[in-house]
Amino acid sequence: MTDRLSRSLDRISRVRGVRGSMFVAAEDGIMVVQLLMEGVNGRAVAAFAASLARKVSGAAAATGAGKVRFIQMAAEGGTLLVAQAPPELLVVAVADPGVNVGLARLEMMRAAEGAAR
Amino acid sequence: MSTTVVEAWTERPLVRFVAQSSARIVVVMTPAGQVLAQHGFTRAVDLMSASALGAAIMASSGALAQQVGEAGFGALYHAGQRHGIHLAGCDTPRGRLIVLTVFGKETSIGLVQLFHDEFVTALRQAAPAMEERKPILAADFESELNKSLSSLFRR
Repeated sequence: MTDRLSRSLDRISRVRGVRGSMFVAAEDGIMVVQLLMEGVNGRAVAAFAASLARKVSGAAAATGAGKVRFIQMAAEGGTLLVAQAPPELLVVAVADPGVNVGLARLEMMRAAEGAAR
Repeated sequence: MSTTVVEAWTERPLVRFVAQSSARIVVVMTPAGQVLAQHGFTRAVDLMSASALGAAIMASSGALAQQVGEAGFGALYHAGQRHGIHLAGCDTPRGRLIVLTVFGKETSIGLVQLFHDEFVTALRQAAPAMEERKPILAADFESELNKSLSSLFRR
């Protein structure tokens, strides 16, 4: 299982501009498997990404938008991408502002599907 | 929910930790169970039993750690249906302290652990050096306990 998840992260991290990716326990906000560049605070990213996913899911439910599948948060210094990998995981990627989000998203959704199998 | 402290230097770090982590209950105590600061309790009896139990859990897990050749366990986490409990020790200039954190579904163990580390750093920076220990007398113990309860619950 861990090998399979690691291989998925490896594919995400090959997308140009991705600084790191990880599987996070959605409820706990703790890293399960990670592949991060030096300088990326994995614990903080995992905790905040899980918190963000929970809040966005709450907002989506309140507005009747249904289940959230993908979150993109673009900031001045970087981009945070979060994909739901039901039932318990999140796929999280930290990337440069100019990352090809479409490609990263594709790999993240593949990783999410792979984790669910 | 109010935050009350026996030792003033604990207040700012505690208030910040509670705000950041969204914890429902936080108790800062000595390994003997003496409470230095708390957030979330309204009744003295609840606080005293929680601190005694927290200190006892740390003592027994420490003894268990020694039996398996460890110097000690870093932190304990219990996941419940509605609440999680995080219990961890830290060394400060004031001596060893134990932090008991109870949190609900509005936060996560990841966030609590993350901000707990910052809380410990802030406690270390704010803590005064430990005073020389005096012999504990029964009479002093009772008056100290009453003083602590008065500070915590403004009785």
